[in-house]
Amino acid sequence: MPDETTTLEIQRYHPETDQEPSFQTFEVPYHDDWVVLDAINWIKDQVDGTLTYRWSCRMGVCGSCGMMVNGTPRLTCAVFLNEFHPNPIRVEPLAYFPIERDLVTVMDSFMEKLESVKPWLIRNEGEEKPVEEGEYLQSPAQLAKYKQFSMCINCMLCYAACPVTGLESEFIGPAAIALGMRYNHDSRDQGREQRQEVIASDDGIWKCTFVGECSEVCPKNVDPAGAIQQAKVESTIDWYTSLLPWARK
Amino acid sequence: MSKPYTPTMPRNWWNTNSAFRFFMLRELSSVFVALFVLELLCFVSQVGRGEEAMNQFLVTLGHPLYMIWHAIVLGFALLHSITWFNLTPKVMVIRRGEERVPDVLVAGSNYVACLVVSVVLWWIVGG
Repeated sequence: MPDETTTLEIQRYHPETDQEPSFQTFEVPYHDDWVVLDAINWIKDQVDGTLTYRWSCRMGVCGSCGMMVNGTPRLTCAVFLNEFHPNPIRVEPLAYFPIERDLVTVMDSFMEKLESVKPWLIRNEGEEKPVEEGEYLQSPAQLAKYKQFSMCINCMLCYAACPVTGLESEFIGPAAIALGMRYNHDSRDQGREQRQEVIASDDGIWKCTFVGECSEVCPKNVDPAGAIQQAKVESTIDWYTSLLPWARK
Repeated sequence: MSKPYTPTMPRNWWNTNSAFRFFMLRELSSVFVALFVLELLCFVSQVGRGEEAMNQFLVTLGHPLYMIWHAIVLGFALLHSITWFNLTPKVMVIRRGEERVPDVLVAGSNYVACLVVSVVLWWIVGG
């Protein structure tokens, strides 16, 4: 171990023995080019093999290693130790999610919410082109309308940054709504009306109070807060339009 | 067997970081703006009751406590307006082809509109 070390305070929770989580302190080697995930991996390899957490790509693409780092949701593969050194770094599981073990959260509710917005291209019945007719063409301008929202890697940092998700567990949440908007704004899609049943419901966009932290922590600049506010404007226009006599079905 | 631990939201969640505190301040600003609007409606009502009632109301508003109150309201009204003006680009996305109109132009249009309306009102009232 190099002379210089840094301190990690890691939240531990063993469901077999613990009633609630507690913190365990580790001294890890300090390297200027180490990220927090490197330090956690070192602990697992060298000190305590039972430490449980998710990670995969180590390059900010897979979205697996999101944790609370000193109270802020971050991808641990993208936070360098030198940002905090020599102060201790506190690592916790993503906020507001149930904790399965140590730094691993239960993602089931997020997956259900994500699925509920139907994040795939929907065509009206009978309007889908046969494969032999080729692809649906899309201009760069049409692509630009949704590209930002398509960059989401489902890391769930936005949920851990949003106090509304902590207060109201039914809230569909930032990433799912942004992904719904990604497909709503896609020129090839015709499923907006189906998604509106979820996005414009009581548990959808209207629960958002525009704290805006979801966009602040997003590692891919998806701007879910923007997506939600834009959805609010679109839904409001829908409502006013529905009042017009000629728009009534 | 799975036995997940479900964390509870602390009551003071809004005081746990500076971003949440600022958000609460922004939301609180609307209460002050609403109270001032009520005060303005009272003034309009007094104007409707005649010149004497209006002048009486103006004398009341001249009290130092009212001056302090109005200074506080002005501070919150500015906070309210500036924060919401600056958030406009997130809500109103204007595109020219592939390019998005820069945020500074979208937010800036609010400030220009505010300035124009203020000058026109000043001209009507003062002129």
